[in-house]
Formats: sequence, structure tokens, C-alpha cells
Amino acid sequence: MIKIVDYGLGNILAFQNMYKRLNVDVSVARTAAQLADASRIILPGVGAFDHAMELLDASGMRATLDELVLRRRVPVLGICVGMQILAQSSEEGRLAGLGWIDARVRSFDALKRDDLLLPHMGWNDVQPITSAPLFAGLLSEGRFYFLHSYYFECARDQDVAARTTYGVDFACAVHAGNIYGVQFHPEKSHHFGAQLLKNFSELPPC
Amino acid sequence: MLRPRIIPCLLVHDGGLVKTVRFKEPKYVGDPINAVKIFNEKEADELIVLDIDASVQGAEPNFRLIAQFAAECRMPLCYGGGVKTAQQAKRIIGLGVEKVAVSSAAIDNPAVITEIANEVGSQSVVVVIDAKKKLLGGHEAWTRNGKKNSGRSVLEFAKQAAELGAGEIVVNSIDNDGLMTGYDLALARKVREATRLPMSFLGGAGSLADFGKLIAECGVVGAAAGSFFVFKGAYRAVLISYPAPAQKDELIRTHLTQ
Repeated sequence: MIKIVDYGLGNILAFQNMYKRLNVDVSVARTAAQLADASRIILPGVGAFDHAMELLDASGMRATLDELVLRRRVPVLGICVGMQILAQSSEEGRLAGLGWIDARVRSFDALKRDDLLLPHMGWNDVQPITSAPLFAGLLSEGRFYFLHSYYFECARDQDVAARTTYGVDFACAVHAGNIYGVQFHPEKSHHFGAQLLKNFSELPPC
Repeated sequence: MLRPRIIPCLLVHDGGLVKTVRFKEPKYVGDPINAVKIFNEKEADELIVLDIDASVQGAEPNFRLIAQFAAECRMPLCYGGGVKTAQQAKRIIGLGVEKVAVSSAAIDNPAVITEIANEVGSQSVVVVIDAKKKLLGGHEAWTRNGKKNSGRSVLEFAKQAAELGAGEIVVNSIDNDGLMTGYDLALARKVREATRLPMSFLGGAGSLADFGKLIAECGVVGAAAGSFFVFKGAYRAVLISYPAPAQKDELIRTHLTQ
């Protein structure tokens, strides 16, 4: 079953509602034991990078997550800050991220663009690479809701699953093996988001 | 391309959905949860829900009602009304709301903007400024649902809110509320120039053309409205509506110049 990791951040309810409408079974994992039998993992997150890492460490689920994702290759989807913590580090914080993807998280503000409203907030176009499984059915038109002040920068181009332009052309979605992440909020992006979450639930096992 | 947002704003009063004129004469227009369901189907860009009783009565936010909104809402949701503390804001975000709006409390005690930002992140802190024209020019921020003049300049307060950690400013024109004769574009432009935060404007929109004018004036902006989405025709019959995707695309294509 798909497990939504509840470590105190993110809109757990919105994911449950979206999957309920899609007739896909999901449940919430608040402990390592509840997470252990996950066939898919959703890792939400909002707010600051360090806060997310602190809460994840304190949740007692970190070791189980590592085991499931790195050893058993269970598909995982990080959302918003849940994507950012897949990286090694962030300009927002001092703590190390999960480091599952070779990347760092950078500040829009450091671009020193006076014309750029911050945070990057609202509906923006997403350009997937054509073979990205998360974006099946979304190649011709994909528009998602963003709300963030830091952006993802991959060290390796092949990890980028989709790009968005806001002051800079950045990776708004990543994919490396069984590890997926999206910077935007599919749980609040109407039929575009529903399609993406459905795609994630239907991914073949790695 | 980041798009301007077209945002219905729902006012809640005595548990019902109402619409006011110049912050007065709340007229009952239906069930708020039913309205959320309709805006889900229409795929609205975002939704603002304001409880107009809470700050007047000094009451706590109605967490039970907020939970209902959050559970029903499939688009980004901003809730305001009676929020005074970071703890309340955190609880609201925990219910599944994307953004928490503060207004009266932020003017009485601007430090609360920073406290809330530290708790839930700047991106989720919206400062709503209820703006009213001064006799001799300029605008002042009013509190308690338009009942009390704070004496503070709207532009100065917008700048201060940005410095203290707000993630968005919503300016609500008391003078234009419910009139459906257009936004106060001069005020919109001034607030736009005052900060680099995302902004939304509320008060006065009566037609798609009014959204277009705001977008032409301010670029990527949130064009919010109440009456426009709930009334139809000269007799203000209650009918909830929202522009079709093609209408929104056309609006943006013809008015967004940046």
C-alpha cells in the first residue's frame, strides 16, 4: 500500500483526499512499524529545510526509510520540501539532507533579480522530459501550483525529470531509479496533480 | 510562465456564505462548503476564505469549520479570520490549509508576522490589509472588519509586513467592496511597487475586463473577487461561476505584458 509519511509537515489530508477520489488505497505512517510494509512512499513537506530534517530525524522513521528506499528500492515521491531534502544540502539550512540525489538546493534570492517576486507562488508551466514516467499524459500540457523560495539544482542532468522557468531554469521534478521528487504541489493542482499522483501509484516496481 | 491567479474570496458569517457591500450589509448567498465544491469542479486557481465574525468578536478561529474547508478544497486554500498567534496558525496549517491570513492582529502587533513565519514558514503567511481612502489622499489600514481605523499607511504597512516575513500581501479595498465597478488600480500599482512579495487585490471586480485591467497594471498578480463569482446579472441573482480555462488563457494573453 502507498504510505504517506507523517513526520509533522505537509498536507497529509490533501494527499488522502486526492487518492480517495482516485480510488487508490493509501494510509498514513507515523511510526517505523507503520511504514515498514510500504509499497510506495509519499514524503511531503513544507517550511524550512532544517526543520524538515530535524522532524524527520525525530520521527524515528529515518532508518526504515533508508532501508526501504536504498536497499529494497521502494518508489518514493518527495513533495516540495520533501523533494528538497532528497538533496545533499540546501542554502537555506546547515543540516545535511538525505543525499539520495546528487544535488543541492539554492536560493532564488541569491539570483539578485529585482524583477522576481518571491516566494515563487502560483501556477507555472512544467516541461517534462519526454520519457518521464511521472508525467505520462501530461507531456503536452502540465501546469502545477508552486509555493517555494529555494530551488533544486541537480549535479547530473539525467536526474532531471522536468523543468520550470522562474528567473532561472530549474529542476522542478527529479527521478533517479526508484527516487522521485516534485517541487510543486500535485495534491493541490487539480486534474494535473491527480494525473501525476495516479501515475506514481501505477509505477512498475523497480 | 508564472500566471496571474484568478481567486474567489468567500466570506463566512454566522456559518453561511455572505457577500458585503463596503464591508456592510452581509447578504446570505449560500452554503460555503457547497461553494468550495463548485470551485473544485471549475478548477479555480486558489481560494481565500475569510471569517468576518472572528476578529470582530475577538473569537478563536473556528477550527472545526476550517477542517471542513481544508478537507473539501482541492485547490490551494488561504484562511483568515481571528488568527492572533503563531500557535493558532500552526494548528490551521496542520488542518491542511496552505496559507494563513492575518489582518487585525498583524496591525495591532506586527511582531506576530515574524512569529508565524518562524512557525509555518514565510511562504504560508499572508497579510491582508483592509484599505480605505483618506479624505486628503492616500490610504489607511482599517481593522476589525473595517470598523476601526489603525491610522497606518497602507503602503508603509505593506513594506513593514514584507520586512517582517510575510509571504504575500492581499489588499482589500473597503471603498470598492461589492460595487463591481472595477479595482482601485492606482492603489494596486502603488502597493505593487512597494514590495517584491506576491500580491493579490480584492474589492471591486465586476467583470472579466476588470481582472484584465489589474493584470495589465500589475503583471503577475492575484486577481481576487467576491461578488463577481457569486452574482449574475443586474438583479444580482445568486449563481456561482468561474471563468473557463480558455477565458483565463485569453485574459492572460491579452493583458499580461511582462
